[in-house]
Formats: sequence, structure tokens, C-alpha cells
Amino acid sequence: MASIAHDEHGHAHGHHDVHHHEENFVSKYIFSQDHKMIGKQFLMTAVFMGLVAMMLSILFRIQLAWPGESSDFLSFFLGEKWAPGGVLKEDMYLGLVTIHGTIMVFFLLTGGLSGTFSNLLIPLQIGARDMASGFMNMLSYWFFLLSSLIMIVSLFVESGPAMAGWTIYPPLSALPQAVSGSGMGMTLWLFSMTIFIASSLIGSLNYIVTVINLRTKGMSMTRMPLTIWAFFVTAILGVLSFPVLLSAALLLMMDRLAGTSFYLSDIIVGGEMLANHGGSPILYQHLFWFLGHPEVYIVLLPALGLSSEVIATNSRKPIFGYKAMIGSILAIGFLSFIVWGHHMFVTGMNPFLGSVFVFTTLLIAIPSAVKVFNYLTTLWKGSLVLTPAMLFAIGLVSTFITGGVTGIILADSALDIAIHDTYFVVAHFHIVMGMSAVFGMFAGVYHWFPKMYGRMMNTRLGYVHFWITLVGAYGVFFPMHFVGIAGAPRRYYDYSVFGEFDSNSYEMIMDLNVIITVFAILAALGQILFLFNFFYSIYRGQIAPQNPWNANSLEWTTPVEHIHGNWPGELPTVHRWPYDYSKPGSDVDFIPQIVPLKEGEEEH
Amino acid sequence: MDNKLIILIVIILGAIAVAQLVRVYELSTKLRKNGEHEISNRDNNLNARMMFLFMLTFFAAVVYLFIEYGWTGRGEAASIGGVETDWLLKLNLIIITIVFFFTNFLLFYFTYKYVKKPGVPAFYYPHNNKLEMLWTVIPAVVLAVIIILGLKTWNNLTSMSGKDAIHIELFAKQYDWTARYAGKDNVLGKYDYKLTTDNNELALLTSNTIDTSLRIMFEGPSGIRYIQKLLNNRDTVLSDSTISVLKVDLSRKERLYRLLTQMKQNHNPKLDASAWDDIIVKDTLFLSKDQEYEFIFRSKDVIHSALFVHFRAQINAVPGMATRTKFTPIFTTEEMRLKKKDPKFNYVLMCNKICGGAHYKMKMIVVVKEKADYKEWMNAMMKQTFKDKYFPVAVAASSSLVAVDSLAVANPM
Repeated sequence: MASIAHDEHGHAHGHHDVHHHEENFVSKYIFSQDHKMIGKQFLMTAVFMGLVAMMLSILFRIQLAWPGESSDFLSFFLGEKWAPGGVLKEDMYLGLVTIHGTIMVFFLLTGGLSGTFSNLLIPLQIGARDMASGFMNMLSYWFFLLSSLIMIVSLFVESGPAMAGWTIYPPLSALPQAVSGSGMGMTLWLFSMTIFIASSLIGSLNYIVTVINLRTKGMSMTRMPLTIWAFFVTAILGVLSFPVLLSAALLLMMDRLAGTSFYLSDIIVGGEMLANHGGSPILYQHLFWFLGHPEVYIVLLPALGLSSEVIATNSRKPIFGYKAMIGSILAIGFLSFIVWGHHMFVTGMNPFLGSVFVFTTLLIAIPSAVKVFNYLTTLWKGSLVLTPAMLFAIGLVSTFITGGVTGIILADSALDIAIHDTYFVVAHFHIVMGMSAVFGMFAGVYHWFPKMYGRMMNTRLGYVHFWITLVGAYGVFFPMHFVGIAGAPRRYYDYSVFGEFDSNSYEMIMDLNVIITVFAILAALGQILFLFNFFYSIYRGQIAPQNPWNANSLEWTTPVEHIHGNWPGELPTVHRWPYDYSKPGSDVDFIPQIVPLKEGEEEH
Repeated sequence: MDNKLIILIVIILGAIAVAQLVRVYELSTKLRKNGEHEISNRDNNLNARMMFLFMLTFFAAVVYLFIEYGWTGRGEAASIGGVETDWLLKLNLIIITIVFFFTNFLLFYFTYKYVKKPGVPAFYYPHNNKLEMLWTVIPAVVLAVIIILGLKTWNNLTSMSGKDAIHIELFAKQYDWTARYAGKDNVLGKYDYKLTTDNNELALLTSNTIDTSLRIMFEGPSGIRYIQKLLNNRDTVLSDSTISVLKVDLSRKERLYRLLTQMKQNHNPKLDASAWDDIIVKDTLFLSKDQEYEFIFRSKDVIHSALFVHFRAQINAVPGMATRTKFTPIFTTEEMRLKKKDPKFNYVLMCNKICGGAHYKMKMIVVVKEKADYKEWMNAMMKQTFKDKYFPVAVAASSSLVAVDSLAVANPM
């Protein structure tokens, strides 16, 4: 998609001179090995996928708010097959929920967030000409695009997309007799995710090698911006955990296609007595969540990294407790590997094992609290410049708190029993993971847009977009806590079943569902402003100055016009950390990393 | 179809409207001369004030939601364990609500207070070990309290039930629940999924049910003999695909048949009694007030989750393994109706793990009776044990037993 942006320009080069030493259209815009272009390709693909996933959520939110009522909107998008008479089909509801979750978690927040900004910022902020392997980097994107396309295609197969929830627990996901989406739709889901995992692994290995090996002179590990630390730890988490998801998916494929019994035992489904014996569906859950929990931090850490940079720059203050921030990132990364069992408290696991997971899970609250208080102290006595990016970064801190504290309740196994898999969980992870990561992503896009496209986005439109998104998203997800505390299970097609046994719950759930849907539609409409601003500014935005935010890090020392290799002459040498904002004894309120220490100046 | 057209037109008009808006903005920014990156003091202050205003609105909305909806749907806990859970939940909610208000307040207040003022520089403050230690230790201490209290309750909720607990098995399948009371001996009979037949839906293990299953597997309407006959019939021509389907089916059934034969050889007939006196109840789960129950869960097809929302109990039902939970109801249905001011209120057992299209409909009404009423009901049920129900049917219909297996071999063409 990024290629379209430069179509005319590209043709001028590409037509006559294929062997020209300068890049032609194809190698520059399509099969590009330049990290900046690959980052933009990731962003474009992720924006598209995010839009699709958001549309899916609006479709099923309409059903939840007005169950059984005919909707032209639904019949317009789903047709007679999946929404006969404008009423969503039960199976398709589950399909929409499943694909919404899959795309949001993997394609937008993993591929989109980490893929875009790791690619763009790692070489630029550590002072490298490009990634360690440009070719592998390109491969990573093309695998990502391929997996995205397969996932989209799966929406259109006759038996419907995967319908077992984004966690695709077997046996439901293994047995087409149990739900129609577990046929072709699930096969495509598994193929898509396999390719996605390959993409993620190739990308992550590249990020790790680049950060370790290609830092420029003077760029010690403790002089790296926190963004790089976040991307670095994220990549390590990805390398260690995604292969486990691959094995989980492969075993599931074998159960589906080769008749093995890894996850299946003693099942009678659709009147058919299966001979599978000895497998365990719980094994799948262990494997899935061994990825699944680190995945939460794969989504969250890059957002926290981006916001650290944005908040420090726009507070005109050093990030408070730089080393503690690094320590927190490392602690969160480590702990994320030993907490997966908290997703499984009610699977019937040994209660003692549950206790261990309660302990490790609640430990994560400590580095998270450190991060929050460090953000707050960074804002304290700052000189805040409220750019759209800054607003989104502050919004992120708010959602990180709001969603984080409810995690304490869910991590407490005794309480989890009563609210596991209810809307309380949906509220929790949408706020702490969804909103935070999306806000981090928006902060990143607004902040680094000048670096990506050499133009500025419209600030005022950015403000309107921020306010609609903040109000809309909180309006969607905060009331969900109360739906959950009332005991409403997630993934129900129609909550009016509560009317059959509990009128108090019924009334409040139906009321809140309407409110939630109205806010969801508002928030979705707000994103049109962003899309317009984004695409409009790519072509017609104001030309960006070299360092629009007066920031210290290295990416702002590169020329506005992209060149392969990033810096025209020698690579810059780094003399200080990236957070020398408003340092006493300096005339200006920022000292870029390339400025040598003055005589007698202490580093920090 | 007209409506679709209107939707399309609305989308297009919306896009055009936004385009025009942007044009206006574009022109106005050109007039301003400022670059997009130079945030004016006016914009800064406006956003700072909006942040503060947002905080006030947000907090007010949260307080309103707590008052209006905090406990309305949830109601009072209806079990001993549930009371403990709710006490702990309230404590945790209080702690996190304080943290929520405190930190969000600081965040929005700082944003409002420290917005850029011309001439006022930011305060260079890179770190302070004491402060950082403070907000490492305080959360750690609070969490220690939360963990200790939480684990205490967790142990209470998951520990073994007492000797007097009545054992009930809850059997889950798409899309309903079946209860099996342990009967007079309070011991649930054993089961094996291979024994599932039309008159033994819960696949209970007795000498008779093994024999029946063996017979159906071999001689039933789509049993081994039938398939063999089809495959060996020289008068009919089967397509290759049908033959391969039949062969796979045959080998599966032969395997199951071998396993059933082994089961028969290893079976201890003394175990039969514990199954025969079990009582199978559909539709409604009857419980007694102030009586502890031990629930055992089993699933026939996919994972389900048993959520007793009012008793604050939940556990998954997993195919291939048994899970358990326990609770003691403390209010009868009638008492709860008064408390909830809802004469139609009923306790319910819901499915809380996605299990297929009609997942949301999978539920079972739970009725809690006074002890005496429950005893009366139970005495009546003692006359409808598994044995009572199994034999009349088995004798009358022995020739027309229908296998549960209904793979479409009836029409192999």
C-alpha cells in the first residue's frame, strides 16, 4: 500500500533503467529491504487489518445492543447467508468475535505495533545504516502480509471463519462437527498463524541482532532510548514464546488432519463416538498461554517504550528513573513467562499450582507500579507540550492504571473463580492491553509521522481524534466491568437469556449494552478523522522540519528526505543519554545525543 | 435494498464532509503561519483544561456506575464460600479503587498544572533512589496482604468437601446440563464414554450396559456387522470415497469394540450397585439449603464451564477428565426472591466457555429448597433410579436399540 503513495515518482525511475544502481520502483517500494520502508509497509497493512477488526466489532456490538432486531447495517455487510433478514446468525457472531480478537491481538498490536516501530526506530535510534539483515526483514514483512491475507480470506469461506474464540481451545476448534467454523475456516486460521509466527520470529531475531551488534560508537546499552529497550525485550519474548504457539498449532493441525489424540479424549460429538483417547485439552491451554501471556507484554512493552520517549520529550524533562524503567521492562519480561497459569485457574488445575501462579502474577504489579509512578514523576514540574502524541501517551498511562488495577482482582485465584470469563475480563484486557497499546501506537504515529513521511499531520484534527477516542473507548470498556460483576459471561450471542431467571441483571445488562454500543460506534467514527488526517498528510501535509519536537535521540539527526543508509556521511557518535532535557547549565532545553559533554559536565 | 443504497450514500457523504473540514483546517493553518509542530499556548492550555475536565467527568461517571450498577446484578452471595469471596472482592475493589482515583488524579492534575508556561523551565530531575524505593516497597507490602488473604480464601474454596457432602455429577454437552445424584450410597457410579447409548446417555458402567454397548457396536443399525455387509455386498457398487469412509468407520468401531471387550473382561460386577442407585435429573438442579455439595463435572464433547453465578462457583467441564468444585447454599430460592425483590428470580447454572453456536442458551435452572422439602423430593426420586429407568426400556426395546452412532451410512450412495 505504501507503494501507491509514490507511484508516479516510482515510474519515472523504474521504466527505463532496471539495472540502474539506484533502486527501481519494485526494489524501493515493493520488495524493499530498507527498514524505513518496511516499517511503513507494516503500518499500512496493520491499519487496514485494524480497520477490518474494528468493523467486525461494530457488527457484533449491534447484535449485543439490540438482539434479534433487524439491522440494515448487518445485512449490508453480511448478506442473507450470515444475517438473514438483517439478524446476525449465532455461528457468525462467534466468527466475528474470534476474528476480531485474532486480528487485534496479532495483526494490529503485534505485527502492526512492534513491526512498524521496531523497524522504523531501531536502526534510527541506535545509529545503524539498516537492520542486520535487510533481506530477512523484507521476508518478515511479506510473511506478515501473506498471513494477513489468508486471515482475511478465511472470513469468506462457505462454512465461515474460525469460531472457537481467539484462543481456539480444542476440542471445539478441532471438531468441525461441533461448530461450522472449525472446518475450512479453522484450517485457514492455523495456516495464517503459522506464517505469522514465522514472520514474527524472523523479525524478532533481526531486531535482537541489530540492537546487540549495530549500535553506533558511544551508544552503550545504558544510553539507548527506552523505546529500544522495550523493542529489544519484546523481541526476546517473541523469540522465546512464539515457537511454543507454533507447536501448539501444529499439534492441533495433527489432531485435525492426521487423526492424532494430543488434545482429544473420550469424545462423542454430533452423534459420532470418536476413538481418540488419552489426549488433554488442558495441554493445549498450557502451550497456548505460555505464548499467550508473554504476548500481552509483546503488545504492551512497545507501547510503553514509545510513550516513555514521547512523554520525556514533550515534558521537556528526562524520563524519571531511567535505570528503574529498564529494570521494570526486564522484570516484566521475565515474570511474563511464569504467570501463564492465571488464565487457567478454573480448568481444574491443582489448587497448589494455582497458588504459585497467584504469587508470580501479582509480583508483576510491582514493576508496573514503578513504571506508573515514574511516568507521573516525569510529568511533575515539567513544561508539558501537549501535542497529539503527548495526549495519547498520557491517555496510555491512564488506561495502563485503570486496566492494570483490575488485573489484581483477576490474578487473585479466589476472586477469579467468580468472574473468570465474564465481561470483567473483557473490560480488563481491552483497557490494559487494547486501549493502552492502541494509544501507544497512535502516540507513535503522531510523533514519528514526520520521520516516516517527511510531512506533518494536522494537529487540530489530531486533538479531535484523541478526545473522541479517549471518551469513546472508556465509554465502551468501563461499563463492561459492571456487566461482568453482574456475572455476564463473555461471548454470549444474546444477553436477553438473563430475562429468564434474573430481571435485575437482565435490565442492567441490556441497558449497559446499548450504552457500550453507542460509544463503540462513536469511537469507530472518530477513527475516520485519523484515517483522513493520516492519508491526507502523506500527500498534502506541511513539510516537516528535521527535528520538529526538539528531541535528543538520533533519528532526528537524519535528513528529512529518506536515504538508504540513513545518514549521508559518517554514522553519528553518541556522547550522552537521550534524556538531557532542560539540563541546568545549558542554554537550550534539549541537548542531542551527538553533542559531546562539556568540560566538567556530568553525564546524568 | 434501498437502505443499503442510503448507507452507501451516507458513508460517501461522510467522507466528503470530512474532506471539506480538512480543507478548512488546512487553509486556517496556512493563515496561522505556525508549523504543525509548534503547539500554541492556546492549544496547550485548552487541552490541559480539557484533561482536567475529562478527569472530573470520568470520575463522576465511575462513581455513578458504582452506585447505579455496582451490586445490582450481582446481589448477595448465596453460598458460604460466596460470602467469603464477596468480602474479599469488596476489600480488593476498595484498594484498587483508591489506587485508581489517586494515580489517575495525579496524572490528569499534573497534566493540567504543569502545562507549558512561557518562561517557566522544566525541573531537571532524572532520578531519586529513595522515591523509587518507596513506590517499590509500598505496592509490595499491599500486594503481600492481597496475596495472603487471597490464598487463604482460595484454599478454603478448593479444599476437599466434608464427609457429609452430597455428591452430584454434572454432565455437560452441547447445549445442556444433566445432573446425576449419587443416590442412597452417596457414591457416584463409574462411567466410560464408550458405553453411551440411547438409554444410557451418561455412559454408566455396569455389567448390563457393557453388554448392551457390545451388542449395539456389533449388531446395531450402523454397527460392525452392517458395515461389513455393505462392504462385502457384491450386488451394490460403492464409490471409492464411500468405501474409504466406511473403512475408516469400520476400523474405528472395531477398535472401540476391542476396548469394550477388554472392559468387559476387567469389569468388577460389584461396582454395578453404585451406578444403579444413581438418579439422573434433567432440566432443573435441586439443592438443599445449608447442605454441602460436592460437584463432579464431565463433558461429552467440548470444553464447557459451569458458572454458578449466585453461588460464586465456577469450574470447567473438560472432555476426558473429571473436575470438581463444592459449595453450600445458604438461601433458598424463595429467600433469594425476596432479597432480590424479583418474584421470578431463579438461581442458574450457565455455560461460561464458548462451546458452539447456541452456547448462550446452555443453562440449567437451580432450585434451592428447605431441607425438609428437599428430603421429600429426594425420597420421591429414589424410586426413579438409573436401574428403574434402564430395565423397563431395555427389556421392551432390546431388539430395536438405536446406537448413538448415526454416521450417515444409511445412504452410502
